[in-house]
Amino acid sequence: MFYIFCPHCEEHREEEEFHAAGQAHIPRPLDPEACSDKEWGEYLFFRDNPRGIHHELWVHAVGCRKFFNITRDTQTYEIKEVYKVGEKPKFTAVSETGADLKSSLKAQESAT
Amino acid sequence: MNQPNRLSQGGRLARNKVINFQYNGKSYPGFVGDTLASAMLANGIDIVGRSFKYSRPRGIVAAGAEEPNAIMQLGATEATQVPNVRATQQELYNGLVAKSTNGWPNVEFDMMSTIGKVGAKVMPPGFYYKTFMYPKSLWSTYEKFIRKAAGLGRSPLENDPDRYDHYNQHADIVIVGAGPAGLSAALVAARSGARVIIADEQAEFGGALLHSKQKIDGVDVALWLENTVAELASFPEVLMLPKSTVNGYHDHNFLTIHQRVSDHLADRAEKNSSRQRMHRVRAKWVVLATGSHERPLVYANNDVPGNMLASAVSTYINRYAVIPGNKLVLMTTNDNAYSAAFDWQQAGREVVAIIDTRAAGAGRDCVEKAAALGITIINGSAVVEVQGSKRVSSVSVSAINAPGDQLVGDISNLSCDTLASSGGWSPAIHLSCHTGSRPVWSDQVIGFIPGETLQKQLTAGAINGRFELQDALAQGTKAGLAAVLNVGLSIETVTPATAEEVEENSPMALYHIPHPKKTSRAPKQFVDLQNDVTAAGIEMATLEGFESIEHVKRYTAMGFGTDQGKMGNINGMAIAAKSMNKTIPETGTTIFRPNYTPVTFGAIAGRHCGELFDPKRYTAMHQWHLERGALFEDVGNWKRPWYFPREGESMQQSLERECLAVRDSAGVLDASTLGKIDIQGADAREFLGRVYTNAWAKLAVGKCRYGLMCGEDGMVFDDGVTACLADNHFVMTTTTGGAARVLEWLEIYQQTEWPELEVYFNSVTDHWSTITVTGPNSRKIIETVVDDIDVSNDAFKYMDWKQATVKGVPARIFRISFTGELSFEVNVQANYGLQIWQAIMAAGEAYNLTPYGTETMHILRAEKGFIIAGQDTDGSVHPYDLGMGWAVSPKKPFSFIGKRGMNRADCVKEGRKQLVGIKTKDPKQVIPEGAQAVNDPKQPIPMTMLGHVTSSYYSACLGHSIAMAFIRNGHKRMGETVFYPLADGRVIEAVICSPIFFDPKGEQQNV
Repeated sequence: MFYIFCPHCEEHREEEEFHAAGQAHIPRPLDPEACSDKEWGEYLFFRDNPRGIHHELWVHAVGCRKFFNITRDTQTYEIKEVYKVGEKPKFTAVSETGADLKSSLKAQESAT
Repeated sequence: MNQPNRLSQGGRLARNKVINFQYNGKSYPGFVGDTLASAMLANGIDIVGRSFKYSRPRGIVAAGAEEPNAIMQLGATEATQVPNVRATQQELYNGLVAKSTNGWPNVEFDMMSTIGKVGAKVMPPGFYYKTFMYPKSLWSTYEKFIRKAAGLGRSPLENDPDRYDHYNQHADIVIVGAGPAGLSAALVAARSGARVIIADEQAEFGGALLHSKQKIDGVDVALWLENTVAELASFPEVLMLPKSTVNGYHDHNFLTIHQRVSDHLADRAEKNSSRQRMHRVRAKWVVLATGSHERPLVYANNDVPGNMLASAVSTYINRYAVIPGNKLVLMTTNDNAYSAAFDWQQAGREVVAIIDTRAAGAGRDCVEKAAALGITIINGSAVVEVQGSKRVSSVSVSAINAPGDQLVGDISNLSCDTLASSGGWSPAIHLSCHTGSRPVWSDQVIGFIPGETLQKQLTAGAINGRFELQDALAQGTKAGLAAVLNVGLSIETVTPATAEEVEENSPMALYHIPHPKKTSRAPKQFVDLQNDVTAAGIEMATLEGFESIEHVKRYTAMGFGTDQGKMGNINGMAIAAKSMNKTIPETGTTIFRPNYTPVTFGAIAGRHCGELFDPKRYTAMHQWHLERGALFEDVGNWKRPWYFPREGESMQQSLERECLAVRDSAGVLDASTLGKIDIQGADAREFLGRVYTNAWAKLAVGKCRYGLMCGEDGMVFDDGVTACLADNHFVMTTTTGGAARVLEWLEIYQQTEWPELEVYFNSVTDHWSTITVTGPNSRKIIETVVDDIDVSNDAFKYMDWKQATVKGVPARIFRISFTGELSFEVNVQANYGLQIWQAIMAAGEAYNLTPYGTETMHILRAEKGFIIAGQDTDGSVHPYDLGMGWAVSPKKPFSFIGKRGMNRADCVKEGRKQLVGIKTKDPKQVIPEGAQAVNDPKQPIPMTMLGHVTSSYYSACLGHSIAMAFIRNGHKRMGETVFYPLADGRVIEAVICSPIFFDPKGEQQNV
């Protein structure tokens, strides 16, 4: 069972208080209508399944109800860092789907 | 009664406290301080069970958690049955009732053994896989017999009357094991002021010290132990947990400790005491001082009762004053085991010989002591085979070569009734493996030691392969100090306790004693006694091509189940490695998993059972519903009235009465459970426009609107009415079951996608009671309870909401309708709910105001064709499939959630399943929900299915059955006939129609 530091409450709390909400850093396309079915499908359904570094969105569901990100090693379950939505991770790895996180973050940045 | 194997003195027993226990229906005496196993041995009980697969008689082998044979069914009554308890771990109490787990009709004479003897050759590894695969239909029959034959204990048929607790704990330092290493670590940790938990599975702290005759700091170990335990107990921040097994070591330094609080006292826990307790501990640092398990050697017939571990012999003699036989032969690969023979001889019974497998034999200390006691030592030899069936009668001894893989010289026989063996010690690395760390082989230790880990973990003593007392004390102190520093505390001086050094010769790496015959032809040489895995079986598995040790394990069942390879794993791996011409590190090891020893379901469940299994949610009017005889339906955690039967009514009669009352006059529904989310902020309106499919830009203050919520894939997942309270303030209703999910949905979009929108959400479901008054006379009823507003159709229009005072209580009244009738939903602060409900009931008396439940609500809304999200939707239908395109505004400037999804090629193609109404040809027939429609019921199976029925009822108001259903291309097939072939052979003929059966123009709700 994980021991998770909530960056909003600034406390370690038990995993029972949190929900995982899937892979982090998957921005909703700003112009969905401009997406092809394939692009939309990738946004909707395709996720990384890495062995190693993974960025995940979690919510402190029965605490502050705030979402935040966790960088976790899927092999060892080590939590490398937690950071707020909008912040960038210090630990990154190339994702399995080809595009690495940095370029995805860059795309997010130029979009907003 | 006489205890034939009890020594007249010694042991850590209360000899003045004689207690009686029952084993297989016979009564025996024992002492307080005994385990069930020591008491059985004291009474000369040889056979404690029959083996798993071959039904061979088995006796007690070990003295601790590693015991593979003495697995008991405990319990004096049906309700207190506990299966699979190791007799070696169960403390004796007066009145204890134990039965051997397997053996039919009894362990002395076992029918299965006849099959076992005949079947030995026909039960190779993988026997069950190979034999019982086909035909599949017979598996349930096979399973019954296999279970009976497999020797698994049985669970009680009655509820457990005892109480089990969970404790959540935090600790600076958790120390696992209270032997010399663990106690040394605990002393340092405690003196530093750290918050410490030290747990040990045994009844008393001390571990190996409990049967040791050595000295620490110049005093007897017993005295050192007493002083140490007393000092630890004096620290307020130290929690000492004997009888507590650390069963799991989980991620992020989370440990589960299974404490047996009162299992040692009686069959049932005393009133106000719990039976067992699960400590769930988050530790800053952990010190594993779990010790080691002695490894037996593998030789022919090594399972006959009388074969024991050398250390177990010492434990029974020194700790329990029990000598488990008359004539001992000891076979050993190391000096350490010699003490078993010394203890035996000193207890006054005969040691026939010590067989040392090493050509050079033992070190000077052991040799001198043996000579002094007059014990014969035979070096460079091994016991090849044991004779005897229900007890060892003699052993065959032969000289072996230096590597121990060949016999040299003749075989001679020694008469004895007990053969103790020691192949050395395997570090108890189980916990260190639980979080995925792979252990590392050490040639020096002749065993696996803990590997690298990410946990904040230290190890000390025998778990590191340091088996000497002196090393355990030193390593424990060192680990304790390191843990103290790691948690940020300090301590001034640390001096480890010291024990005398012993001069020893190095041990020999030997696992499997060769036999004159090939392994496959020799009498059985057991590796894993609990799972009946033999050396021949492991060799055969490797011959059949299983190369990975993980596969060998699964194929042979070695180290399975409750055993977790405590005694046999290393031997098994060594045999597999040799058979494949590899080394043990090349072959690798399997990984140990939680739990270390079996845990009762009671301890796992704790208080989370019965009423406390899952929370229940009640509305403010619940008591009123109960008093009116309502039956309830579970919706999420809510208890909702299902219907209100009257005396003598069938369910269908109740529903018809409730439905007709609503349509004819008035009904009332407790709608408090609907999810309610308060939404505020300057951008609340914009936000609603993005999460709902329809338009919200122009909804005026005082108005309500129905909305559909879709996922990004365009599929409907929730719906409800949202009211505009002020330009920046809305209250959203959701389905009862979807409330939490919708709130999280809103939050995730606001927080991660549109943080620039200023909008806040809060759940107010529990804050409000909602009383829905519906039916043609509802206005007359509402008029009499409302203090201050005009509720006429001109002043209070359909889809308006108004702030009002109802019988002096502030209320929000919504004129919205889920029945198609004139309706008023009265919302008051929940603590006024019952009062206002009763006021409305009183006002409605003149109009036959009838309370109704969810079932009538479902019928009434289905008559109107209103969907229920989750019943008429299943995550694969978009608004257009539902015929609800009117609730989608594609022209909204922002691409709302679901818009892109519902425009995918697949969503706009022809031939999708669409929601329609279904009218049966025979008006009395009600199609079962879930039934599939076909065009031609005579087509061959598998038929082409068109879609299923989602909602189906008999409508008393309309006088015929109604259904909502998906039909492929249904919107274009109005008036066509379809058929519903049912599992019972009936075929129901029906016609596709509009799902709005009642008042299609919506006039009734608008009056």
